[in-house]
Amino acid sequence: MTARETHERSHEIPPKASIKLGPTLDEEVFGEAFNGQVVGRFMKYIAAYKVLLWVAITAVIVFTISSIAIPLIVKNVYDDALKEGATDKSKLTTMVIIFLVAVGFNFVANYFQELIVGRVAERILIDMRRAMYEHIQRISLSFMDKTEIGKLMSRLQGDVAALQEFLQTAVFAVGDFVLLIGIIGAMLWLDWRLGLMTLAVLPILFIIQIIWLPYARQSFLRARVTSSIVSGALAENINGIRAVQGLSREYVNYDLFDIRATDNLKAANKASKFGVMMLPIVDTLTGAAMAIVVIMGGFFVLGGTVEVGVMVAFVLFVQRFFDPIRALTMHYNVLQRAMASGERIFEVIDVPVDIKDKPNAIHPKEIDGSISFENVTFGYVENQPILKDINFEVKPGETVALVGPTGSGKTSTTALVHRFYDVWEGTVKVGGYDVRDLTQDSLGEHVSMVLQEPFLFSGTILENIIYAKEGATREDVVAAAQAVGAHEFIMKLPDGYETELEQRGGNLSLGQRQLLSFARAIVADSKILVLDEATASIDSYTEMLIQQALERLMEGRTGMVIAHRLATIRGADRIIVLQDGGIVEQGNHEELMANSGLYSRLYSMNYASFDDIPDELIAQATNAAQGRAT
Amino acid sequence: MRITRMALQYRWRLFFGLITIFLASGFQLAIPILIGSSVDAALGLENGDLRIANSAVVASIASVTDIVGEGSNPAKTALIIIAVLLFIASVGRGLSAMFQNYMGESIGQGIGYELRMLYYEKLQRLSFSYHAGVHTGDLITRGIVDVEGVRMFVQTALLRSVFLVVLIGTGMYLMLSEDLVLGLISLSFVPFIAWQATAAQLKLRSNWYALQERLSALTKVMDENLGGIRVVRSFASQDHEMKKFDVASNETLALANVQVGIRASNISVMGLAFMLSMAGVLWVGGLKVIDNEISAGELTQFLAFMSILLQPVRQIGMTINGFARGSATGGRLFQVLDISPDIQDKPDAKDLEITNGTLEFHNVSFGYEEDIILNGVSFKVEPGHTVGIVGPPGSGKSTIAHLVPRFYDPKEGYITIDGQDLRDVTLDSLRKAVGVVEQDTFLFTASIEHNVAYGDPWAPDDRIETASQHAQLGDYIDRLPGGYNTLVGERGVSLSGGQRQRLSIARSIMLKPQLIIFDDSTAAIDAATEQRIRAALTELTKDRATIIISHRLSSLMHADEILFIEEGKIVERGSHEQLLTQGGHYNDLYELQIRPNEQSGNNMDEGSAS
Repeated sequence: MTARETHERSHEIPPKASIKLGPTLDEEVFGEAFNGQVVGRFMKYIAAYKVLLWVAITAVIVFTISSIAIPLIVKNVYDDALKEGATDKSKLTTMVIIFLVAVGFNFVANYFQELIVGRVAERILIDMRRAMYEHIQRISLSFMDKTEIGKLMSRLQGDVAALQEFLQTAVFAVGDFVLLIGIIGAMLWLDWRLGLMTLAVLPILFIIQIIWLPYARQSFLRARVTSSIVSGALAENINGIRAVQGLSREYVNYDLFDIRATDNLKAANKASKFGVMMLPIVDTLTGAAMAIVVIMGGFFVLGGTVEVGVMVAFVLFVQRFFDPIRALTMHYNVLQRAMASGERIFEVIDVPVDIKDKPNAIHPKEIDGSISFENVTFGYVENQPILKDINFEVKPGETVALVGPTGSGKTSTTALVHRFYDVWEGTVKVGGYDVRDLTQDSLGEHVSMVLQEPFLFSGTILENIIYAKEGATREDVVAAAQAVGAHEFIMKLPDGYETELEQRGGNLSLGQRQLLSFARAIVADSKILVLDEATASIDSYTEMLIQQALERLMEGRTGMVIAHRLATIRGADRIIVLQDGGIVEQGNHEELMANSGLYSRLYSMNYASFDDIPDELIAQATNAAQGRAT
Repeated sequence: MRITRMALQYRWRLFFGLITIFLASGFQLAIPILIGSSVDAALGLENGDLRIANSAVVASIASVTDIVGEGSNPAKTALIIIAVLLFIASVGRGLSAMFQNYMGESIGQGIGYELRMLYYEKLQRLSFSYHAGVHTGDLITRGIVDVEGVRMFVQTALLRSVFLVVLIGTGMYLMLSEDLVLGLISLSFVPFIAWQATAAQLKLRSNWYALQERLSALTKVMDENLGGIRVVRSFASQDHEMKKFDVASNETLALANVQVGIRASNISVMGLAFMLSMAGVLWVGGLKVIDNEISAGELTQFLAFMSILLQPVRQIGMTINGFARGSATGGRLFQVLDISPDIQDKPDAKDLEITNGTLEFHNVSFGYEEDIILNGVSFKVEPGHTVGIVGPPGSGKSTIAHLVPRFYDPKEGYITIDGQDLRDVTLDSLRKAVGVVEQDTFLFTASIEHNVAYGDPWAPDDRIETASQHAQLGDYIDRLPGGYNTLVGERGVSLSGGQRQRLSIARSIMLKPQLIIFDDSTAAIDAATEQRIRAALTELTKDRATIIISHRLSSLMHADEILFIEEGKIVERGSHEQLLTQGGHYNDLYELQIRPNEQSGNNMDEGSAS
């Protein structure tokens, strides 16, 4: 409110500001309420708990029957034990005992239906999520490259939860349905005339519900969507508070937020109008049904055709039979959501795994550390090869630097060594084996990768350096950290190696994260190391540390480095210059400089990194090199 | 409680809500009495008069029956009248319940709206030092979950608690005054269920929080796995990752099972308690009917009373939980709302008046508590001049950038723009005059155009486009399928680090601020592009003061004055050439960066300075 005092609100919506930030109404897709395929596949997950579910269904039925029996017993108490002039008290006692037995059944069945249904639903939720997650671990990277993490996460969470909700409702819907049938049956059995007259109000409720439902659903949905827009705006403002304050956007944002919050207020009030609207309708119909029971039932009792207990039982039934109808219509919503979610879940599970171990794939204990590319052609999009007929060999222990302008195919080359993708043509061999003949696990063991953007997991530094290496000790970790020069800064952290990393290692600098990822690769101790050097500029002090660490890292290993820094490139045993998916020249620094080809031209342009060189200069150098060659 | 005080603003709605509470209770309680009467009337009990006289509502029936009922069967007439009354009572109950719920909800929504706006407003004003000290996720949770908690409290607990007290109280009085023993038996379930429901609700709530924590741990595991998928693949550590997943997921399962267990035993035990006292009423009441102490209708009335009280008694648990949650969440919200921002306009603050735009640091020191970050820094930037600031990480470079727009205030010394102390001018005018381009660029979920125009959403198209072109972003934007309307941010196209920084530069220069500070804002931009940006900005910076903070020397070599900062102090200052000849830290850094490990200085003159 302070803002309102200090700042005259303009109420004018700025033309270049976004108001709607959350999902729109159309994004909340509502599909069909039943999809046989989805249900069929879902059943397979349920099948694992068949026995438990039968117990649960039995419990639901017992619960329903005992719920119907209780008013009937009360009726008998009136008609039998309490008949006018009755004096026999033992009859009453018997009835009360029967009543207690029914109550006992009701209690036990109620407990088990709630417990089993709830637990099985939780279990299936976890099973499905696990199946999807495990599948994602195997899907090819080309799928993952195209897919947003947020979308996958919402399938792993929201969609799975929707199916869980569906399972719970499905069982209770069965219960509601049985209860409804039971009540109707019991009423007709007690007195069909009175039963029919009372039940006459049911269709009215049905019709009203069917008219009401689409409007109500729309308004509930709007309330939900506007509320998530408000939450999104709040979250964004908190995350971007520096930009907001730095650019003095406070007043504009306050006005925009007010628009969204007011929108939500209106939508919520409308939704609550729709919600409470049903209260008087149901009560009116209940009142009408009771009035019918009182008048007609009363007349019948007076006329002697019906006993007073029937009337009492009817009154008790009338108060209960609206609930299952309301619940059943509401379940429809859940069904729709579940079907859409199921489709999305199975969509992920159905993504084919195109990189699989051959049935006879081998896992050699030791390999010699050589890499060779034989006539390799590869790309991501059909007919657009990134690598064209590449041939080269890396001897065990050799360090090879891959250089070349952006888009020349360096990253693809390294990805193929680890068989992240399969080649279109030719063969990639590691240690003399075709990578397709090796298990993926053995590739993971013998080939380590250090990525350009160091990725750390939450957990302690120790856990991060050990990562997946079984049997690595604390001593190994410390030795690795010392080797890469990370030990000093780790020891300066409050808890040393036990320091918990914030999200993605946010409490460390980029250079420090880089060093940790080096240490992780040393602990993994593979014969072959594939490294994508970081391009982002790191302060010079850390830079020096990293250069030294790199040398230690390469000791005794075969190295394939996508090199950006001149120092790294010069230090390599051999340099392979790539351009447009082909190798233009290779050799060590001196040889290439003497060659006066693309490399020497780029090098003499004196940029700290090849990536800094503007495109037009590269084109110039290329032309010059080609001109010289011809 | 402050929330209750807020609710009092909605005087009329509250008043109306209270009226409907009494109406609803009245109608609600009339129903069992009417049902009881109907049974007696149906039995044609002459002595029905006895108990009919008990209730004022039905007392009229007798007299009406007397008038209308001549000739016809008085019992039938009574039945019709009772039925009509029953119908009216039901409709009345429904209508008053509707209004009562609606009043509760609309007051709740209104207060939720108000709190949300206050919270938003407060967060925008709290200074950087506050925001740096709290977890953003926590602030977001307060704004969403806690506001919701307070809203639910107002909506369900506030009016409902009055309703429950009125309804249960009156109901108990009616039953006890009718027949003490039977009343006591039929009410025996009330304290038990009330206690059980409350205990279960509180248990469920604390377990729910634990479960949420476990769930967010599981989310973290999955999110990191997907984000680091290349690391996972390259170490072939899928099995390791599945183990992590299973551990986290089994932990959530265990808590979810506890949750299910509490709910199952709670629901079934409440049902049992109710039906056991019903059995008691049937037995004792039945005996009394046989002994002709009470009528069958009276027994029915007790049974009907019980079923009407069951729902409200169960709700006691929810209401008490609502109070507990409301006070906890309300407390956390007000904690934030009560903070007074440590940086705000002085009461007599004036707008900053720019005469020529000279920035001056006068012996400025800054630090958090014991930690000294800046120590006695003085320098001056005149319009058209550029000051470069360089130094090792943690030397206090960025702090200088944050002090100028008053994200923080200096501990000692002061900063002036054209002779005006920054603390004497309004924040709004100061921040409009100072443009800071930060290293980390936050992208808002909006189009590129809206992101560039963030500081001035009224800016004309050509200004946005010029700024984007100067920041060397224009070509990239033109190549996007949606051009300037392409959605970026969390749910849109993702930009690379360099593109984000260029967007941030465009954002700031579009405002044409009088003072521009680049806070390491070109770290991810390659040197060549940076050159082009600098060339494009010469027009803009020619009559403005510029500060460039960077650890890449090529970004600031051209500055008129370069300050080398170490441990919060200026240790070297001068132009590039002066500093090189001094042969100090700056010179070392230059050697290290420009020609690392180079034996000879060949090609030294070409290239990098171009």
